[in-house]
Amino acid sequence: MSPALVPEPAPESVPETAPVAKAVPRTVLDASDISRALTRIAHEILERNRGADPVVLLGIPTRGVGLASRISDRIAAVEGRSVPTGSLDVTMYRDDIGLKPARALEHTDIPPGGIDGKVVVLVDDVLFSGRTIRAALDAIGDIGRPRAVQLAVLVDRGHRELPIRADYVGKNLPTSLVERVTVHLTEYDGSDAVLIADQAHPDKTRPDRTSAEKKSGSTDKTGASA
Amino acid sequence: MRHLLSAGDLSRDDAHLILDTAEEMRSLADRPIKKLPALRGRTVVNLFFEDSTRTRISFEAAAKRLSADVINFSAKGSSVSKGESLKDTALTLQAMGADGVVCRHGSSGAPHLLANSGWLTGAVVNAGDGTHEHPTQALLDAFTMRRHLGSLEGRRITIVGDVLHSRVARSNVLLLSTLGADVTVVAPPTLLPVDMTTWPCETSYDLDAALAKSDAVMMLRVQRERMNDAFFPSAREYTRRYGLDVHRMAQLPDEAIVLHPGPMNRGMEISAEVADSTRSVIVEQVTNGVAIRMAVLYLLLSGTSETPNTEETTA
Repeated sequence: MSPALVPEPAPESVPETAPVAKAVPRTVLDASDISRALTRIAHEILERNRGADPVVLLGIPTRGVGLASRISDRIAAVEGRSVPTGSLDVTMYRDDIGLKPARALEHTDIPPGGIDGKVVVLVDDVLFSGRTIRAALDAIGDIGRPRAVQLAVLVDRGHRELPIRADYVGKNLPTSLVERVTVHLTEYDGSDAVLIADQAHPDKTRPDRTSAEKKSGSTDKTGASA
Repeated sequence: MRHLLSAGDLSRDDAHLILDTAEEMRSLADRPIKKLPALRGRTVVNLFFEDSTRTRISFEAAAKRLSADVINFSAKGSSVSKGESLKDTALTLQAMGADGVVCRHGSSGAPHLLANSGWLTGAVVNAGDGTHEHPTQALLDAFTMRRHLGSLEGRRITIVGDVLHSRVARSNVLLLSTLGADVTVVAPPTLLPVDMTTWPCETSYDLDAALAKSDAVMMLRVQRERMNDAFFPSAREYTRRYGLDVHRMAQLPDEAIVLHPGPMNRGMEISAEVADSTRSVIVEQVTNGVAIRMAVLYLLLSGTSETPNTEETTA
């Protein structure tokens, strides 16, 4: 075969794409993926607990609250009755509270029926080190004594630092520690998506969820705060 | 924000942050376990050189609900009565490792001195200094008004009574004007400071004229212990012109509330009927005081103690 027949790949295109792909976050779940995952989680919650009767949904701010209300809507659509849904701020229960500047508190809203004897389903966006969930378990202990606590997350990205696992997982997402997983929800960010970026911002060595970042509206789970 | 010394130091964002945090802290009162772990391992010293019931108890309850260790100090029965200076008292507290010092002192500026002298590394909270300021009282008053009236932007608030000796009045005027309220101070001329033009508020000598357009009325205590001069002819005359009784209360708009920082002189600046009426939020002010002081202690003490310069702006 004559070498002239084989078109040579443009050599300049290779170095162009490599650095660009590193910086641009890629979408791992789009809006319909998220919707399907939440519908499945809603059904799994009903199946596991044999109906909506004992269930109380508690979202962990910020995006866990939005996810909890979406799961609540789906349960209501299936069962014809709504489940008590609230929010649980864990800021004061975090194990790194004395290591960072004081953070603004988020809203805690325990449904009127309380949580004693109920099955509390904690809802969060990304499960990472497990430290947020440990803090949430401590917070629940101060509020009441549920019959059981279960955990629903949209994304499980691994790298647990504590013996904690999720009961309901939207998607298992194997990641490396330097990657950033970001959840966008329409309520807070204008669109639904789960994004993954190869590297943390170069200006942040350990991006944690600071109050300023929360205000700007992105949840980055790269540090030990997740 | 490293210390809370004056209500005037707070920006509108700082004030809203404290009030919003207090809103979350207040929901703790409805829980079976009224305790949060935020200040575990921190030590708060209540340094009270002047008598106080509600402020000291309120700060103590707030610190304990946040799991801090609380040390109470009152000048009576301490080495201060043997002549120990403020500096030596401060150095003692520093040696014991106080993370936060809540200071009430009869001399204006004492907490300022504690905060800026370098004697202490902990955060200093002014719990009332002389006739100067009482910022947490102003915050709890603003918090109480906000819960009843909504946003304080454009609200008309009347502060009545002994403004000259009142640290509550000064802190309230500064904070409420920061929050956008229109404040009117009503007092007999002898109980107003000499130059009111620097205060961000209106001044009046006529209570009846101000009442009809007030969303909230704050009655100040007539501070007999600070009155070493004849400021008004008789208690009866003061009550007639500046006391709030049921007839005066009837002039208030329907939704208006009545506040008093306590302790009240019933029958002097406020009649017993008014103090116990449904418009009066005086008991609620005490409940809210714990929530506000929890918010202040949380925001000052919960974070890292070695604060880098970049974090100076975050409260």
